Amino acid sequence: MAKRPRQRTPGETLWWGRTVRLAISALAVWFVFGFLVHGFVFQLNDITIADFPLGFYMAAQGSLVVFVALIFWFCGRQEAIDRNAGVAEPEPVRGEMPL
Amino acid sequence: MRLPSPEDTFLNNLGRIYGTYVGGFVAFVILLAVLEQLGVPDRIIGYLFVFFTLAVYAGIGIVTRTVKVSEYYVAGRQVPAVYNGMATAADWMSGASFVGLAGTLYALGYDGLAYVLGWTGGFVLVAVLVAPYLRKFGAYTVPDFLAARFGGNFARLLGIVVLFACSFTYVVAQIYSTGIIASRFLGISFEIAIYVGLAGILLCSMLGGMRAVTWTQVAQYLVLIIAYMLPVAILSAQKFGLPIAQITYGAVLQEITVLEQQLLAGGLATAETLKPHLAPFTSLDPFNFFALIACLMIGTASLPHLLMRYFTTASVRDARRSVGWSLLFIFLLYVTAPAYAAFAKLEVYQNVIGAGLDALPEWIYTYGRLGLVDICGAHAASVEAVQAACAEVTGNQGVLRLPDLAIDRDVIVIATPEIAGLPYVIAGLVAAGGLAASISTADGLLLALANALSHDVYYRMIDRRAPASRRLLIARLLLLGAAVLAAYVASTRPADILSMVAWAFSLAAAGNFPVLVLGIWWRRCTSAGAIAGIIAGFGVTFYYLVMTQYGGMPEWYGVKNISAAVFGLPVGFAVTILVSLLTPAPSSEVQALIDDIRRPSGDPVMRDRTA
Repeated sequence: MAKRPRQRTPGETLWWGRTVRLAISALAVWFVFGFLVHGFVFQLNDITIADFPLGFYMAAQGSLVVFVALIFWFCGRQEAIDRNAGVAEPEPVRGEMPL
Repeated sequence: MRLPSPEDTFLNNLGRIYGTYVGGFVAFVILLAVLEQLGVPDRIIGYLFVFFTLAVYAGIGIVTRTVKVSEYYVAGRQVPAVYNGMATAADWMSGASFVGLAGTLYALGYDGLAYVLGWTGGFVLVAVLVAPYLRKFGAYTVPDFLAARFGGNFARLLGIVVLFACSFTYVVAQIYSTGIIASRFLGISFEIAIYVGLAGILLCSMLGGMRAVTWTQVAQYLVLIIAYMLPVAILSAQKFGLPIAQITYGAVLQEITVLEQQLLAGGLATAETLKPHLAPFTSLDPFNFFALIACLMIGTASLPHLLMRYFTTASVRDARRSVGWSLLFIFLLYVTAPAYAAFAKLEVYQNVIGAGLDALPEWIYTYGRLGLVDICGAHAASVEAVQAACAEVTGNQGVLRLPDLAIDRDVIVIATPEIAGLPYVIAGLVAAGGLAASISTADGLLLALANALSHDVYYRMIDRRAPASRRLLIARLLLLGAAVLAAYVASTRPADILSMVAWAFSLAAAGNFPVLVLGIWWRRCTSAGAIAGIIAGFGVTFYYLVMTQYGGMPEWYGVKNISAAVFGLPVGFAVTILVSLLTPAPSSEVQALIDDIRRPSGDPVMRDRTA
């Protein structure tokens, strides 16, 4: 393992601060859609959208859609933070990954 | 630029290879459908389905065999994010998710959605808190990371104990459900079917380790998702003219609510026996509902067989992205499961409850004969059996009432093709999907178990100078040993297997989560703190599980033992933090290691000299 002095550069501190703040934002969204909205299931169930009571819908689909979108948003943000701080990995040699 | 190698040809053509594979599979299903119309018996269709899919998985396993250590353990770290997402989805979704989840939602209604939320939301934690950092660290196993971060083999040993506690019962359950599916569709005895399933499992993982498992899991994902989405899409198209059941089942929910009122008004159900499908907190109180979500989510972010899938990507960035792809692929199944439950419930409330005992739908008897549908307390094997059983029940007047009916939860998905009146080939497809789900999860789990033994115990703790060939030989022998032991345990049909699987999440959460998260995000976390935290968190959870299940201990604050990590997690965090603060800060080497893990650029922290 590489041995390096403990000192962190100001750039690194800034980068890690941003990383931590992004993680906290992501976890806040996660908490809201994983737990908080389902605490209001009775109130939400009074609203019906396309035959779905909203409270049921949120637990069966709505939160899941948010989770998927959240992870991809988080990836994009974290990659930008890493790039700006110059700690990102080099771009892959092979072209973009095949779909 | 690297030199082109056969490996790169394979990786560069993944889209074409798997596109051809899906086309071939669809053609195969159509061929079987034609054969069925030509009068080929159901049993032959079932055989063809099972053996063709097993042969394909085995073929991939053999083609991708390897003699390199890094390919055996982490697929050479060059799996593209999307494919790793598919492989992870197959790794994650077990036979229980495939056949059992919809049944749970059928039985519990809204409360069952705790499982849907818990098994999906955890991936946010994986992407944000754990996976990219473990990928950067470059370990082969989770205990490997614990050892490097927390000062050596004692932490490694604890990691192995946690890994075994949460993986072994899980793999037994997978082999068990492989046996159930194989026996039902091949018409052979359960004990023999287990070994047929085991052969399929081993052919995928023995020769190629992680590399082979990755590429068979991708193939298995494609089969299982097609098999899961198709029957309910057809059902939806029949009823609404739109094959997107995930959208149309809203109307089904409305019909169910109306029918529930009619059943109550008609005296076919009582307020005690009928749980309204949409009403929250009828089976789980709010505290248990949210506790279960939390334990499943955090358990997701702690299960070693899942986390090790993210060791296989080409970069930290890919590891992160591939968590998103994993969840997207898993999402497809999990948003479909509530639709299955709704369509099945509609069928039961409309055509089964209130029907005369001599005029029940045919599928009731089909599954009654298999012992999966009980009416009036007896297997609903025939009209006579049902009538005889119900004659004994007071108050029954020749009409089926809700309390008279008991449906095994596995029936919901498996019976859907018959409820929709579809040809047998669709039922065979569902069986192939269930088999793919069980086998892929079993492979991931067996690999996690065998790798912990061969890499962590044998290589790291017993013989640090073992050459690559011997390490791989040992890894394969241990894989075989673990598989045979798990199959033996499964063949004894352990009674509590399903509840034990649910425990795996709580055990993993309490044992791994505090130290993984604090080890990455809190540089002050010390070895003594982590060791004490694992012992305390895992210990409390294990004690609660065993004592409430077998020791006759009353529940603490009414918490069901499926959510046991509700106690273990806070204890684990608190003990890790307290002991860390009481012991000297980690050395500058460990601090440098933490810096290295956090920074995406640069080489993996840990390198294997024999790779």
